[in-house]
Amino acid sequence: MKRLIAAALLVLGLASAQQITITYWQYDFKSKVDTINELIQQFQAQNPNIKVVQQTFPYDAYQQKVASAVSAGQGPDVVNLYYGWIPTWVKAGYLQPLPEDAFSTKSMDADFIPMVQAAKVGGKYYGVPTAVRSLALFYNKDLFKAAGINTPPRTWEEFYAAGKKLTVKQGDRYTQIGYGISPDGQDHNVVREVLLRQAGGRPYSDDNKKVLYNSPEGLKAFRTYTDWVKKYDIGVPSFFPGNNGYRDGFIAGKIGMIIDGSFAIGTIKNGAKFNWGVAELPIDRLGARKANFGSFWLHGLSPQATGAKRDAAIKFLQFITSAETEKVWLDKVGELPARRAVLKDPKLATDPVYGPFVISLSYARATPFVDETAQRTVMVNAINRVLLENADPDASLKQAAAEDQKILDQFWK
Amino acid sequence: MKPRFSLATREALWAFAFLAIPLLFFLFIRIYPAFQALWLSLFEWNADPAKRQYVGLEHYSRMLADPTLGRALRNTALYTFIGVPLQIALGLAIALLLQSVTRLRDLFRAIYFTPYITPAVAVAWVFSWMLSPNFGIVNEILGLFGIPAQKFLSSPSQALLTVTAIVVWQNLGFQIVLFLAGLESIPRTYYEAARIDGADGWAMFRYITLPLLNPVTVFSAVIGTIGFLQLFTQVVNLNFTDQGGPVNSTLTIALYIYQLAFKSFNLGYAAAVTVLLFGIILVITLVQLRILSRRVEY
Repeated sequence: MKRLIAAALLVLGLASAQQITITYWQYDFKSKVDTINELIQQFQAQNPNIKVVQQTFPYDAYQQKVASAVSAGQGPDVVNLYYGWIPTWVKAGYLQPLPEDAFSTKSMDADFIPMVQAAKVGGKYYGVPTAVRSLALFYNKDLFKAAGINTPPRTWEEFYAAGKKLTVKQGDRYTQIGYGISPDGQDHNVVREVLLRQAGGRPYSDDNKKVLYNSPEGLKAFRTYTDWVKKYDIGVPSFFPGNNGYRDGFIAGKIGMIIDGSFAIGTIKNGAKFNWGVAELPIDRLGARKANFGSFWLHGLSPQATGAKRDAAIKFLQFITSAETEKVWLDKVGELPARRAVLKDPKLATDPVYGPFVISLSYARATPFVDETAQRTVMVNAINRVLLENADPDASLKQAAAEDQKILDQFWK
Repeated sequence: MKPRFSLATREALWAFAFLAIPLLFFLFIRIYPAFQALWLSLFEWNADPAKRQYVGLEHYSRMLADPTLGRALRNTALYTFIGVPLQIALGLAIALLLQSVTRLRDLFRAIYFTPYITPAVAVAWVFSWMLSPNFGIVNEILGLFGIPAQKFLSSPSQALLTVTAIVVWQNLGFQIVLFLAGLESIPRTYYEAARIDGADGWAMFRYITLPLLNPVTVFSAVIGTIGFLQLFTQVVNLNFTDQGGPVNSTLTIALYIYQLAFKSFNLGYAAAVTVLLFGIILVITLVQLRILSRRVEY
C-alpha cells in the first residue's frame, strides 16, 4: 500500500513537473478570442502536459502592452501581430525567428500564398498567419437598382458612372454618396498597392530601401484617386461621422459603394438591412492588369519563449496554423485561409461573398512596410493635402515620397 | 525613565514616518522613471537590455531635423495659448454669474460639472456626430442662418480650434468649481466697505475680486497649462483612424511620443522627446509661478 501511494505521488510529481504553461496574446475581437479558446481546449486535450493561457487587450492598448511587458521579461510566448509591424518589432527585439526545423523557409514558401512572404525579414520568417485578407468592392444592390444600374462596375469608367448616379446633394450638403471616400480606411492602400500596380508601377524597390511611387505611374495613380473627389465628385471625405465612417455609412444605406477588406464582411453582414453584393476591384479596361492589397495578422514567437516553453510554443504555433484550424477559422471567424491547399476549395471561389476576395488573393500583394503606422500616415496626409487643402497632387505625392524615404533611411540606418 | 526624545521631536518623527510612504511612492513610481527616461534617451531601444546600444545625443540631434515634431510643438503651443486663457475667462465669468444666482444654484453647478466627469471617449463620439459636415446638428443650425456647412474636425484649418473648444468645454466644470470656492472665501466685509466708499461693480471686481482670486487663478493657470501641454485623450478619440490628423493639424507632443514609442517601437527617440516635454513643462511652470503669484494683503 505504502509503495502504491509513493508511486502515485511520484507520477503526480512528474506530471506536475512536466506541466508547461505558455501564454498567448491577441487584441480583443470576440469571434477570434472565442475561437482561440476552443482551439486551446483541443490543443490541451492532445497535449496534456501543456497549458495555454490566452490574454487579450483592447486594440488601441495592445502594442503598448507588448512593448512594456516583453522588455520587463514578462508577457506572451506566442504573440499575435499585424504583418506591417514585423520590421519594427524585429528591430526592437520583440520577435525571434521561427525555427527552421519546424517551419522551414522552403515549405513556408510552398505551402502559403505568396504574400505571406511579407513575414520575412532578412530571409527568415518571423511568424505564421492563420488567415489572410484582401480588398473588394462592396455595393448596395438596392441603391443600384433604384439608380437603374444592373451590374457592379468592372472598369473605373463604369465605377465613375455608377458613382455619379448614386450621389445625391441637397444644397452644399451630401445626403448620399456613390463611393465612401476614406483615405484613412483602405484608400491609402488602394492608391499604393492597387491603382499604382494597375498603372504598371510599384511602391518600393525589391530590397525595400527605395520609395518608387514618385514616378509617372505613381502620379497617374495618385491623380486617379484624388479625381474621384475633385473631378468626378462621387464622394466626399468624412461624409459619415464616427470611426470607419465609410463602413458605417454603407451599412446605414447612405453610400453606394465602398472598398473594404474581407475582415469587414462580418460587420456588414450583421449590420446591413438591404441587399448587398461583393465584386472584384474595377480595372482600367476589360483584360487590363489586376491588382489588390493583401494583408494578414500572424502569430510570432516572443523572446520570452525559451527552453521547454519554446518547444511548447512551437507546438501550439503549428496547431493554430494547421490546415484543419484554417477551416475552423473560416467557419467561426470568417477569415480566408492562408494555405494554398485550403484556399483551393472550389466552394470558396464560387461563394458570392467570399468568392471575389478569394480570386483577388491570387494576385494580391502585401505592401512591404518597415513602419506601417508612420508610412500609412505619410500617404493619408498626401491624399488629405489634396482633398482638404487643395494642394497640387504632384507636389503632394513628391513630398510624401520624400517623407517615406526618410522613414526607410532611418529604419535601415 | 525619561523618554529619549521630546514630545515635539517624537511628533515630528511620526509625521516623517507617515510622509515617507507617499514620498517613497513618488520616488519610485514617478521620479525614478522620469530619470530613467533621460537615461533611455541616450540608447537605441531593444527589448533585451543587453542589446541596447548607446548612441549619445543622436536622438536629440534627430529632433532638430524632425518637421513632425516641429508641427506637434507648434500645435501644442497653440492649444495652450488659446485654451488656458479661454478656460480661465469663461470659468470666471460663469462662476460670477452662478454666484449671483440664489435659486437652484446647486443644480446649475451640477449641470456645469457634468462634462468634466463624462468620459473623454463618449464626449469625442457625441461631438464627432454633432459636428459632422453632412449630418450634424451644428451645421443644421448654421444652415438656418444661411451659414454654409463647416467641416470642423475634418478641416486642417479648423480642427485644432474645434478640439480646443471641446477640451475647454470639458474642463470648464472643474474651473467653475475652483472659482466658486475662491469667491466664497473672499470676506463679504470688503465689498460692504467698498460699497460705502461708493465703488461700482466694476471697481469692486477689478480691485477686490480679481486680486483676491489670484491664488486660484495661478493654480488654474499652472494646472491648465500642464493639462494642455499633455493633451492626448481627446485628440486621439476625435479622429481615431487618423490620430493627430487631418494632415497632422491636431497632433500634440504627447500623442507624437505615444506614436513613436508604441506604434513605431522607437522608445529611445520617444524618451528624448519626453525629456523635451518635461523641460518645457518645468520651465513654463517656474515662469508662471514667478510672474503670477504676487501676494495680495489687505
